[in-house]
Amino acid sequence: MAWSKSLARFTRKLLSKDNVNERTTTIDRNAASLERNARATLRKTLIVCGALAVVLILISIVAATMGSERLPVADLLRALFTGGTNTGALTATQRAILFDIRLPRILLAATVGASLAASGASYQALLRNALAEPYLLGISNGAAVGTMVALVFLGANEWTRPLMAFGGALAATFVVYRLARGRAGATPEKLILAGVIVTTFQSSAIVFITTLMDATRIRSFTFWLLGDLSQATPRSIWIAVVSTVVGVVALTLKARPLNLMMLGERDAFDLGVEVERVRLQVFLAASLLVGVSVALGGSVGYVGLVVPHLVRMSTSGDNRLTIPAAALAGASFVIVADTLARTVIAPRELPVGAITALIGAPLFIYLLKRR
Amino acid sequence: MLEAKNVSIDYGKRHAVVDVSLRVSPGDLMAIVGANGAGKSSLLRALNGTIRPSVGEILLDDKPLNSFSRRAVGRRIAVVTQEALLAFPVSVLEYVLGGRYAWSGSGTWGWESERDLEIAARVLRQTELENFSARLMNELSGGERQRAVLARALATEAGILLLDEPTANLDLAHQASMLQLVRAHCDERAAAAVIVTHDINLAAEFANNVVLLKGGHLIAAGKPRDVLTEELLSEVLEIKVLVDAHPLSGAPRITPAHELRR
Repeated sequence: MAWSKSLARFTRKLLSKDNVNERTTTIDRNAASLERNARATLRKTLIVCGALAVVLILISIVAATMGSERLPVADLLRALFTGGTNTGALTATQRAILFDIRLPRILLAATVGASLAASGASYQALLRNALAEPYLLGISNGAAVGTMVALVFLGANEWTRPLMAFGGALAATFVVYRLARGRAGATPEKLILAGVIVTTFQSSAIVFITTLMDATRIRSFTFWLLGDLSQATPRSIWIAVVSTVVGVVALTLKARPLNLMMLGERDAFDLGVEVERVRLQVFLAASLLVGVSVALGGSVGYVGLVVPHLVRMSTSGDNRLTIPAAALAGASFVIVADTLARTVIAPRELPVGAITALIGAPLFIYLLKRR
Repeated sequence: MLEAKNVSIDYGKRHAVVDVSLRVSPGDLMAIVGANGAGKSSLLRALNGTIRPSVGEILLDDKPLNSFSRRAVGRRIAVVTQEALLAFPVSVLEYVLGGRYAWSGSGTWGWESERDLEIAARVLRQTELENFSARLMNELSGGERQRAVLARALATEAGILLLDEPTANLDLAHQASMLQLVRAHCDERAAAAVIVTHDINLAAEFANNVVLLKGGHLIAAGKPRDVLTEELLSEVLEIKVLVDAHPLSGAPRITPAHELRR
């Protein structure tokens, strides 16, 4: 009970006018505040995540009002809180827009953002490099190949696509890890080269599969490859929500050993971490997140780079805080990017990946230069 | 408490360690001395299970090391290496608290307990880093960082410390104080330490047990006085050395006798 201790100290200070006593009190407090800044705590994590959750909810509500059909906030809130039974002044069309189009899309954007940001933070910790990112490492592309194989050869089903995407992401993760890994972690040069090799190899696979498609589908595929959240349906969204929650929770549970592995795998091993097992678990969870988000939303780039970086810079590098906070912030980030993508040149749309790359690529260059 | 039994380590065709047996007991500070490539670090790495011996076995409390979980080993054996390259900024306190990982339970939601914080505060005091807890590791000087590495090892409360050239980056005063700290840790807590070092004089002064390695073979083992002789050292290090008694401590003092070129 920190507050009761400080209360006791405060009363003691009030009762005794002893100067010496007062001085020790200030020293105590300085030591305590120093320690508080020196590390992340559960309290700090809950406060940061709580604040980010509030921001996420506000952004979602604003995003739901925006679009070709503007929905009044008051009516929208009433409709949401009554689960659609009391839609107030909303017309039937507006109601359909809200529940069948915008909400699934916002939920999908949130899950894609949360998945990519949380997996980005974990890849960075595992590869010990702040430049690691699912899109740049070719892992999103691996998931894309998996998705396309499922679509072209296995028939489009709500389950085969995410499953095959998961498999593709996992395969790409292992290849990149093998190629980029060195004794002191992955050097940026090796990492980027590994990403380029994996990406180009898979791009040719994508081109090959595309030639097997008929012309009408090709356009929608190119769009999807750059990140397209317009295909969200109320049914597919549940797969995304569940897998995102499972993946982010799994990564957060591995955050403490991941903290140690981030500083060196051998040291982590010495300190009692089952390095191989944790690595496999993190690979599985991160690949699940990337796979499902790509299967449903395409390859949205740079989210996994920008968001964890901002979270680390403004709060702490402790993964127990970074991973859940990055998930929440990433959700907000992609909702904003997608709202921009569907409104700036309305009635036409931009792929959401174009917006995130616009923000992410300059940051990537900055990070690369800063070293 | 920790024992190597007829341990050999091969890297492909190269034999790094050949049929070495040694044993450390509570209170022991054992120094492993030898030239570069004599197999010192490999042997040390085998003692905590990082490297698996090709032949022989490592026993911890008379049970095979493999039969312990990594966590259990992490609670019993701590390793101090030369300061590592850190890819991410981390505060000294966070770094030292890493030593508490093997003790983490389910009661604190994966966060450090009050006891973990108390232990961290204690070892930071012992290593004279109490005012550095909020500083970032990569802002520290080489010597301060090396002390933080030792602090993390002490924070594990392990009964066995394995140190791989822990004094390499330290100035004279801090070399001695680091070994004094390890010595005191062994004496007060009935802990054992195995230290790989090139600094034979420090080994002579602080160790109660010295092992000489050459080309992976154990040449001699025993009290510093018996092992650190001109004959044995000249053979192991392949350089002529003079050994006399340190004027203050009486411990063997080793001086390399270079053939001076003019």
